[in-house]
Amino acid sequence: MTTVASTVPVARRRLGFDPSKPVLVAFAVILFALIVMPLSWLMFYAFSSKSGGFTLDNFHRLVTDAAYLDPLLTTFALATLAALICCVVAAPMGWLVARTDMPLRRTVRLLVTASFVTPPFLGAIAWELLAAPNSGLLNQLYRELTGAGQGVHLLNIYSFTGLVFVISCYTFPYVFVLVANSLDRTPGDLEDASAILGGKAWDTARRITIPLALPSMLAGALVAFLQAMTLFGSPAILAMPAGFHTMTTKIWSLFQFPPQPELAAAASLPLLLLTVLLLRAEQMVLGRRGYSVVGAKNSELRIVRLGRWRWVMLIAAMLVLMCPVFLPYFALLNASFSKVASHLVWFNNFTFHNLHFVFYELSATQLALRNTFILGTLAATVGTVLALVIAYVHVRQAVSGYRVLGFLATAPVAIPGIVLGVGLFFTYTRPPFVLYGTLWILLIAFVTLNMPAAYQQLQSAFKAVHPELEDASRILGATRLRALWQITAPLLRTSVIATWCFIFVGVIRELSAAVMLFTSETKVLSVLIYDLNESGDLAAIAVLGLLMLLITFGIVALANSLKFGGARRLSAPS
Amino acid sequence: MKGSKISRRDVLIGSSALAAGASFSTKVISAAPPASAVTPALVEAAKKEGKVVWYTSVDLKLSEQIGKAFEDKYPGVTCKVERTGAERILQRIGQEYSANVHAVDVVNSSDASHLVYWKDQGLLAPYLPEDVAKYYPDEHKDADGTYASFRVFLCVIAYNTSLVKKEEAPKSFGDLLDPKWKGKIVKAHPGYSGTIMTATYQMSRDLGWEYFEKLAQQNILQVQSAADPPKKIALGERAIQADGVEYLIHQEKEAGQPVEPVYATEGTPLIIGPNGLFKAAPNPNAARLFQSFCFSPECQQLCIDIGGLRSVHPQIKEHTGRTPLSKIKTMKDDAAAVLKNSEQIKARYVKIFRV
Repeated sequence: MTTVASTVPVARRRLGFDPSKPVLVAFAVILFALIVMPLSWLMFYAFSSKSGGFTLDNFHRLVTDAAYLDPLLTTFALATLAALICCVVAAPMGWLVARTDMPLRRTVRLLVTASFVTPPFLGAIAWELLAAPNSGLLNQLYRELTGAGQGVHLLNIYSFTGLVFVISCYTFPYVFVLVANSLDRTPGDLEDASAILGGKAWDTARRITIPLALPSMLAGALVAFLQAMTLFGSPAILAMPAGFHTMTTKIWSLFQFPPQPELAAAASLPLLLLTVLLLRAEQMVLGRRGYSVVGAKNSELRIVRLGRWRWVMLIAAMLVLMCPVFLPYFALLNASFSKVASHLVWFNNFTFHNLHFVFYELSATQLALRNTFILGTLAATVGTVLALVIAYVHVRQAVSGYRVLGFLATAPVAIPGIVLGVGLFFTYTRPPFVLYGTLWILLIAFVTLNMPAAYQQLQSAFKAVHPELEDASRILGATRLRALWQITAPLLRTSVIATWCFIFVGVIRELSAAVMLFTSETKVLSVLIYDLNESGDLAAIAVLGLLMLLITFGIVALANSLKFGGARRLSAPS
Repeated sequence: MKGSKISRRDVLIGSSALAAGASFSTKVISAAPPASAVTPALVEAAKKEGKVVWYTSVDLKLSEQIGKAFEDKYPGVTCKVERTGAERILQRIGQEYSANVHAVDVVNSSDASHLVYWKDQGLLAPYLPEDVAKYYPDEHKDADGTYASFRVFLCVIAYNTSLVKKEEAPKSFGDLLDPKWKGKIVKAHPGYSGTIMTATYQMSRDLGWEYFEKLAQQNILQVQSAADPPKKIALGERAIQADGVEYLIHQEKEAGQPVEPVYATEGTPLIIGPNGLFKAAPNPNAARLFQSFCFSPECQQLCIDIGGLRSVHPQIKEHTGRTPLSKIKTMKDDAAAVLKNSEQIKARYVKIFRV
């Protein structure tokens, strides 16, 4: 088959005009404008003095002044710990859900999805309600149970540990999803072979299953690390009250009046560098191992029987899920209907006032909702199309320079949202492109910020689809675009829908760039909630937060119903 | 009572305290504009514009209530309230104007120096509402008529009465440095809040920066808005606020929450929050209508009664349950000095408190 494939399509390619070329070039240009322009401004500012001349002073201050070194070290420790916790917790959970007969596996998956779509800043605020040392519900419960006096507390969310915990709560889904999905896709043939050759269960796990899942776990850990490193909302909410900065909050504080964009630009370059190094490291670790696991032939998955341990494992999984889902949601629900956010709702303090305030008195609610919806839909659609094309180009090496495209699509992962926000601010506040004050600038920010994750998702989806299917179509006379449309697109349908949702949810979660780029007319929900948090309006936050979650769940449910429809159709021919 | 320039003793004393140090207006650019009454023509023109955008640092609930009261009085003109900390407002308007985005009509800041700054930049429009012209003391209005004191209040210590007994409660800023309060204090940030910016200037001037250096050893909970500490002590998250707006303490207390203000023996920082309107306001008529409304006895009384604020309008009545401003020893307000020192104050604060 290989010989046929390599002769016929080549002949065709030379004869006919391939319309995919100009399309690809166009996308490259768009990507270049999206990413390179703000990055250039960033570089320009990093090496600029206040008066505009060239200088290295910004970097000098960065490495000598403890006010900048401490946050850098804190951030590194924070991200490392969070990534570790994520792997330890999420990888086994992914395996339980994908490869065992643990009960309620679908439910567990849904709950992980719920924690994934929960905006981290909302989770952080909810955990303030739960574990603020004095008013936190859990600490109140602890004092109630132990009879401890005022001022005694079990948990203190305003601390480094608290911050690591909350960040892990909302980054572990990255590892979970990647591990579970890869185990889902890994066919049982290899494990069957191992068993047939006399391998014990542990040998099979050690030599087949774990190595197959390892790349996705490492990729997940990497994403978790980068997420934790570039997160702005949670540290702004939890670290600053505790009296310490992370890199993102430090950078953000440099944009407060009087702004010091030069220093901020310089401060963001270490993050950029670190990310590039990590991405290189990942490539080295994974090497050239190919993992094309969806071919033309598939077999059933092998399920491990846990026996009596089934229920123990389920309880463990549910305990983990208490932290990102059950407890915070409960705290938000409680605060929505309580007169005082730190009091448990009971008959004597139940109120609808908070709802009334948010929907009838707060003049920003409607506007923020509308903007969030518009931006979510647009960014998801534009972002998915872009990521799809770039992933295809990269995986199939369709144009020369595909590596550059891949790099560009991954690069924003290294740019904290807040810094991209500033880069965009500088780029689009002057002619010829004056976009500040419009939704367009936010759209650009959201598409750019979500590009790496969308791209990685679709890239791994493409990698999992062996080109043999596309080749077969092209042998039979289809053009590249037709082969893509008829063969690859249906196979990728699930991933595409997932990516669309991923971006939509990403837009709802996004705070750090939005906080730099919004104006009163272009406010989004996340910014509104952050504003409210700074003035301590917890009840209004709780109501808006729940609303935000409801919208998100609506989108996810919609996507899931489409996804399962698509999966059924897909499974028919095999 | 109407027509007399200063009719109430409280106001006289309260405002003379301001007058002493208040170099409130900077250079006089021109004579004050003539007083403008609310005419039917203005109301009509405002209705045509349909809305007014008010950037303010007044606590969210109160600012929305003020907006609502305006909408009720002038149906057909909606009031869009854009609330955030005063220092954020300064940053935001700076960003927007540098990008030629003119979204704000009327601004209110709890850092009076901002109005001086915007006036110096030539951004504010002269407009003198009738009430301001007739009733407001000179030291509470700009000589060129670009702004006037919309609200006056204090930045106070306060405590949660179910966590701290009255006898044990701190009576001065000095008392807050007692080790027994370690880990029990919440404090707002001058990088966000104009109230705290102003208060930090006055306190560093009167008490010295050593006070803050010692306070930083008390393991404080650092929040942003001056509107947050009153909420945090009402929740019981911390027992004491080292600073925060007085008007929310009034609101919380009158709503039955266990909070009590403390007027420090050293003097309490006095905060003035002027309103001004922008030359480039997208809704110039609605802006003027709103500005006039803000200084009317009606709106000022609302700010007192449900807001817990103070007013320098001589026709309004102070709330009976609250300590009159005249009985409170206040620190001297000095907007020009705040303007000159604000960068330094922020930098020094960050150095001391690390965030």
